[in-house]
Amino acid sequence: MTLRIEIEDLAKHFGEIKAVDGVSFSVNKGEVLGFLGPNGAGKSTTMKMITGFLAPTRGTVRVCGHDVLTDPIAVKASLGYLPEGAPAYADMTPDGFLRFIADIRGLSGADKKRAVASAAERAQIKTVMFQPIETLSKGYKRRVGLAQAILHNPPVLILDEPTDGLDPNQKHEVRTLINEMALDKAIIISTHILEEVNAMCTRNVVIANGLIQFDGTPNQLEAMSDYHNAVCVSVANIDGDTLASFLNNLNFIVRVEPLSLERGFRVYPADGRQITVELSQAIRTNGWQIDSLYAENGRLDEVFRTITTGTTGSLRSSI
Amino acid sequence: MNMRNIWFIMKRELSGYFATPVAYVFIIIFLLLTGFSTFFVGNFFERGEADLYPFFSVHPWIYVLLIPAISMRLWSEERKNGSIELLMTLPVSVFEAVLGKFLAAWAFTGIALLLNFPLWITVNYLGSPDNGVIFTGFLGSFLMAGGFLAIGACISATTKNQVIAFVLSLIVSLIFVLSGYGIVLDFFSSWAPTPLIHAISSFSFLTHFDAISKGVIDMRDILYFASVIMVWLFANAIVVNARKAD
Repeated sequence: MTLRIEIEDLAKHFGEIKAVDGVSFSVNKGEVLGFLGPNGAGKSTTMKMITGFLAPTRGTVRVCGHDVLTDPIAVKASLGYLPEGAPAYADMTPDGFLRFIADIRGLSGADKKRAVASAAERAQIKTVMFQPIETLSKGYKRRVGLAQAILHNPPVLILDEPTDGLDPNQKHEVRTLINEMALDKAIIISTHILEEVNAMCTRNVVIANGLIQFDGTPNQLEAMSDYHNAVCVSVANIDGDTLASFLNNLNFIVRVEPLSLERGFRVYPADGRQITVELSQAIRTNGWQIDSLYAENGRLDEVFRTITTGTTGSLRSSI
Repeated sequence: MNMRNIWFIMKRELSGYFATPVAYVFIIIFLLLTGFSTFFVGNFFERGEADLYPFFSVHPWIYVLLIPAISMRLWSEERKNGSIELLMTLPVSVFEAVLGKFLAAWAFTGIALLLNFPLWITVNYLGSPDNGVIFTGFLGSFLMAGGFLAIGACISATTKNQVIAFVLSLIVSLIFVLSGYGIVLDFFSSWAPTPLIHAISSFSFLTHFDAISKGVIDMRDILYFASVIMVWLFANAIVVNARKAD
């Protein structure tokens, strides 16, 4: 494991407002860190401090060993950054824009040509390379920004909402691209699309009110849901009341509730463990026929709401 | 300071001028204004002199009006559309970016200035002017344009609104010109001590430009414009640093 990003006690105050108030975490090579949080939680502000755009009020940021305060140019050289909204020079074409970025990144000659072609290929913007950026759709603009960020094959990528404004196919392609690049890079992605947590990230940091509320794997995040490992079950040849009282008497079940949209019940396991096997065996020993039986993964939106509205306080889990 | 970065930023900026009609509109208006005022305000023919004095003498006033139109977009546009975040997270220093953008605008003004060459051909066809004086005239005009541009670039970094940048630059530029203008100095001479009047007039672009455009190359005049440019560009870098993320 190589440490690529180290953040210690990072804070940014705008007058009275504490946008970020003491955030610490680190990212290794091979990790894709999903940065979650409601709007205004401090995600973008944190990213702006990592990339050296905003000076922190306190705390340190090191990227590939370089301190962003003492050696900002080295930090900027070792990372690719897609800012929020994917800004670019509207009157340039993607081709001209990427060649400018390549120049600034110190690429020339055949290397430059290869880097521009490969970034355009991977971000799938080859068909629009010679149209002014201002005439492109939101999805293409976003991918031009992405191409710009990956152009010089940087060891660290900071992507602020890379899939915002993309259609489902484009989202899928961007996620595939990020998964491909994940092996030899350290990547931070901010998003508020919860499905992306499982699709891309190896780790999640949830931030709200300028503080880290959770730091762990996507599975750990899911495990915090009440629905985690809950089982929905319905039985064909028995009436509801009998089934309900039977389920209530099982010692590994703490709660039984009827499903609202279909026949059957949702049961919650005693200590959050998996109970599908035990449950199906118990039902079969009575000679009943199982109609359907499936476990739930946990609902991220519910976990997200619980964490970020602060109703349960800090839920930082150990990694 | 990385010269390559300055060059790449300058190149991008300069090609940006020609990617839109802005450059062509500016050049045409500039040539129309200089031509019109040379012949009708400066009475080029009636004077019967083989020089370009009527041409150069109107430059300060044309620059006050037109240079803010070039400089207004330098930074406020970047701040408005957010591309400043991209530029400032590339491995370039603030001063490299400031210098690259300024040099692009200056080179563009230089191109517009050189496109007045038919006037030089005309005066050489009609008489035998002192081409050395004409050369220093162009040099002085170019230096003065740099001064106006540096003022405008710095002011452009203070706001996201190009119209505000234009108006403020025009006013500040006007102050730098008027402080050497006869009527303004007369106003002061009635009550202010002489050293103060000298100080005011020595701050004016007019005073220093007049000397150069008459063929007198004094190192002090050149140093004056060079230091005006450097001071404003330095302020520009400070403003960009302070306001880039607002």
